Amino acid sequence: MKSLRFIIPLAVFVVLVGFLALGLNLDPKLVPSPLINKPAPSFALPRLDDAAKTMRRDDLLGKAWVLNVWASWCGPCRDEHPQVLALARGNYAPIVGLNYKDQRDDARGWLQQLGDPYTVSLSDSDGRTGIDWGVYGVPETFVIDKQGVIRFKHVGPLTAAVVQTRIVPLLKELNG
Amino acid sequence: MAKAWLVVGALLLAALACAKEAAPAADDPALEARMLRVAAELRCLVCQNQTIADSHAGLAEDLRRDIREQLARGATDEQVVQYMTDRYGDFIRYRPPLRGSTALLWLGPGVLLVVGLAVLVLVLRRRSRLQPDRFEPDEGDDLGDPVARP
Repeated sequence: MKSLRFIIPLAVFVVLVGFLALGLNLDPKLVPSPLINKPAPSFALPRLDDAAKTMRRDDLLGKAWVLNVWASWCGPCRDEHPQVLALARGNYAPIVGLNYKDQRDDARGWLQQLGDPYTVSLSDSDGRTGIDWGVYGVPETFVIDKQGVIRFKHVGPLTAAVVQTRIVPLLKELNG
Repeated sequence: MAKAWLVVGALLLAALACAKEAAPAADDPALEARMLRVAAELRCLVCQNQTIADSHAGLAEDLRRDIREQLARGATDEQVVQYMTDRYGDFIRYRPPLRGSTALLWLGPGVLLVVGLAVLVLVLRRRSRLQPDRFEPDEGDDLGDPVARP
């Protein structure tokens, strides 16, 4: 009984530290997506390079692909752009750009200036497709498998580490 | 007289101009109120301590537009909340449903209260059984009657 008196505060302390450590390591800005391992939401959007052409989700069935949500007004997109370019150079999978709530001319100018890593970019001018995909901040990146199921989502700018340790291995696995 | 009509006309025009500007909100006040009630239950994902009803973030405006359209199409409040949860997860709800991952959130405060009360009762009961000489005298006890002091 006597020794318990010292163990109780210690136990309480350890539990408290456990919670605080967990709290420090969780990013409150990160919203877990309920769409992981669910079929990708359908869309039919005009292409950025040619508004007369429409692309649908089902056009992409049969191969793994990457969806990168970007906008010319988005600062972090500029930061992550070299990573998207690097991913494109690796030729692992088509990278579809979802040009989120942007002006067509601004978006084209941005790609001209910084390089265009996208197999195709689609204009989501009113942000409705973004909402269907649960987008709440730009940039965001999704990996979709051959069956059209979302397998991975990254919120915020891509880093070399995320591309090399998560996205590239997953694409290799999905294509394998 | 003509002058008066001119004034009336100008006022009418002004009223029309105002009405036009406020059209989205004034279209159907009942719908707007219902939209705001639903939006007040939903967390804005950009500025997370605001509701979608309060937030001026672009995404919140888009989501309000979505809610408004769905309600106008005859969706129930629950269907709208489900629509949002399908896209953004339980996180978007200020009142997430009780399940494994949210059990601590719902039950934690009650558990803490019970534990706190239990500890309080234990300590008080133990103290009430102690002899008075086990307590340190209060400051002033040995200086005579504290009430008599200024």
